[in-house]
Amino acid sequence: MSESKELYLLRRRPPSEKVVDVSFKYLAVTLASMVAVVLFAILIVVFWGSLESMGRYGLKFLVTSNWNPVDDEYGAFTAIYGTIVTSMLSLLIAVPLGVGTAVFITENIIPLRIRNVIGVMVELLAAIPSVVLGLWAIFVMEPFIRPFLEFLYATFEWLPIFSSPPIGPGTAPAILILVVMILPIITSISRDSLNQVPDKLRQAAYGVGTTRWGAVLNVLLPAAISGIVGGVMLALGRAMGETMAVTMIIGNSNNFSPSLLAPGNTIAAMLANQFGEADGSQVSSLMYAAFILMILSLAVNVFAQWLVKRLSLKY
Amino acid sequence: MTFSSSHRLANGVPDLAYKQGLRRNLIARLLTVIAGLFAAIAVLPLIAVLVYVLIKGGQKISLTLLTELPPPPGLEGGGIANAIIGSIVVTLIAAVIAIPVGVGGGIFLAEYSRGGKFAQFIRFGTNVLSGVPSIIAGVFIYGTIVTSRILFGNAYSAAAGGMALSILMLPTVIKTTDEGLKLVSDDLRRGALGVGASKFVTVVRITLPTAFTPIATGVVLSIARAAGETAPLIFTALFSPFWSEGIDGVFNPIATLSVLIYNFAIMPYEAQNELAWAASFVLVLFILGLNLFARWLGQFASK
Repeated sequence: MSESKELYLLRRRPPSEKVVDVSFKYLAVTLASMVAVVLFAILIVVFWGSLESMGRYGLKFLVTSNWNPVDDEYGAFTAIYGTIVTSMLSLLIAVPLGVGTAVFITENIIPLRIRNVIGVMVELLAAIPSVVLGLWAIFVMEPFIRPFLEFLYATFEWLPIFSSPPIGPGTAPAILILVVMILPIITSISRDSLNQVPDKLRQAAYGVGTTRWGAVLNVLLPAAISGIVGGVMLALGRAMGETMAVTMIIGNSNNFSPSLLAPGNTIAAMLANQFGEADGSQVSSLMYAAFILMILSLAVNVFAQWLVKRLSLKY
Repeated sequence: MTFSSSHRLANGVPDLAYKQGLRRNLIARLLTVIAGLFAAIAVLPLIAVLVYVLIKGGQKISLTLLTELPPPPGLEGGGIANAIIGSIVVTLIAAVIAIPVGVGGGIFLAEYSRGGKFAQFIRFGTNVLSGVPSIIAGVFIYGTIVTSRILFGNAYSAAAGGMALSILMLPTVIKTTDEGLKLVSDDLRRGALGVGASKFVTVVRITLPTAFTPIATGVVLSIARAAGETAPLIFTALFSPFWSEGIDGVFNPIATLSVLIYNFAIMPYEAQNELAWAASFVLVLFILGLNLFARWLGQFASK
C-alpha cells in the first residue's frame, strides 16, 4: 500500500543527479572542442617544425627545384608542381567520367536494379585501400598502359609533356590511379545531388518538349551544380593529399621534368618516402612542404564549403 | 514553333511520332551511349582490382600464411600473421580513442549546441579536419608523440599509429553521430523531459539508443577506412618483422597489413611481392566485409 503511494510522490532530484547532468554537458563540450584542439595543434606543430627551413629559404623554397639531402639544399618546386599537375589532370579526366556515370545511373536509361548495382560498385571502389590500388598499379595497370605511353612518346616527342621515354613509374600512371581514386567521390556526390533535384523540374522540361539530354544539360545539371561542384572540390582536396598509391607509382624523383612520362614527385609522396629516414634540416624542409600541402588542401576545402553555400539553389 | 511539311500529316494534324533521324534525337542517343561508356569505364577498375586481388592473393592463402611471421627479404615462405594481428590492434586503439570523443562531440552538436557560434565553428572544423590529408596526420603524430618519446620513452609505437588513425576517424564519427541524433524525433525528447528525466538520462537512455543504427553504420564505415590507411602509419607505427607481445607490444613498433603491402610491394623480390598480394586479399576482404555489414545495418534500420 505504502509502496504504490510512494510511486506517485514528487521526487526532488538528488544533487548527485544534477552533478552528473552538468558534468555530462561539459564532457560533451570538451569532447567537441577536441576537433578544434587537434586542428590547431596540427597547424602549430607543422608550422613550428618548418620554421627553420622557412627562415633559411623563405619563399624561394617554392620555386627552386633542387632537393639534395647530401648538400643539405632543399627546394620543393618539383613536388609542388607534381601535386598540382597530377591533381588537376586527374580531375580533368575524372569529372566527365564521374558526372557522366552519375547521369547514367540517375536517368531511367536502363533498369533500376542494374543502376543500383553500378552505384554500389562505384561506392565499393572507394572502400578499397589506396595501398592496394598502388600495388595493382605497379604490377597490373602500369605494364598494361606502357605500350600506349610508348606510342605517345614516339608520336608526340616534340611536345614537352611527352618528351621522355616511359620507364615504368612516372607521373602519367600516377594521374590514372588518382582518377580511379577520386572517381567514386565525384560519382556518388553527383548522383546524390541529381537525385535531390525535384521531379517537377524534369517533368516540366519534358512537358515543354525537350529530349532527355536537353533536360539533363539545361535543367538537371544546372539545378544540381552546387552539390557537383562541392564533390569536385572534395575530390581535388583528396587528389592533392593522396599518398600511398601515388608514392608507389610516381617514381619519387627529385629532379624536375616537364614530361608526364618521366618519374615525378608530389608533396605527399615525398613525405611518405623520406620522412622516416630524414634528420636535421631535411625534417624541417619536409615539414615546410607538409605545411604547404596543408595550406593548399585547407584552401580547397574552405573554398568548397563556401562555393556550395553560394551556389546552392533552394526549392 | 513552325513545322516543316514533313512533320505534318495530310489532314493538317502535326505528326507527333518519335523521329529517329532528327538531329536532336541523334545527339541524345549519342550522349546516352557516351554516358553508358563512362559508367562502364568507372566500374572497370573495381572489377579489375578485385579480380587481381582475389586471384593473385587468393592463391597464396594457406594456413602457414595466416599463422607465420614474414620471411627475411629475398626468402620464400612465411606468412603475414603478425601484420593481421597488428592491423586489428592499431585499428582498435584508434577506435577506442575516436569513438568516445566523436560520439561525445556529436552529442554536443545535436543535443546541446542550439546552433550557436561555437557549434558552427566545430561543424566547420569537422569538415576541415576530414579534408586534412592522411599523411599530415602521420606528420603531426610524428612531430608530437614519436619525436618527444612521450609514451614511456618509446618512439615508434602501435599506440602512436592508433592515435594518427583516430584523427582520421574523428570527423566521420562526429558527423554521423550529429546527423543520426538530428533524425530522432523531438517528441521523444519532450516526452522524456516531460516525465521528469534529466537531460543526461534523456540523451543516454532515449535519443542515443534511438539513433544507434545510423551511428553504428558510420562508426563501422570509419573503422573500415582506418583499417586500410597506410600513410599515417609508415612513420608512427612503423613495421616489425616480429610478434608483438602483450601490453609491451602496444608501445613498440608493430606490423600492419597496409604497411606490409607497401613495404613488400616495392621490394625487388618476387616472394615478397606475392606476400603483398596475399595481404591485400586479406585486407580487402576484411574491408569489403565491414562495408557490406554497414550497408546491412543501414538497410536493417530503414525497415
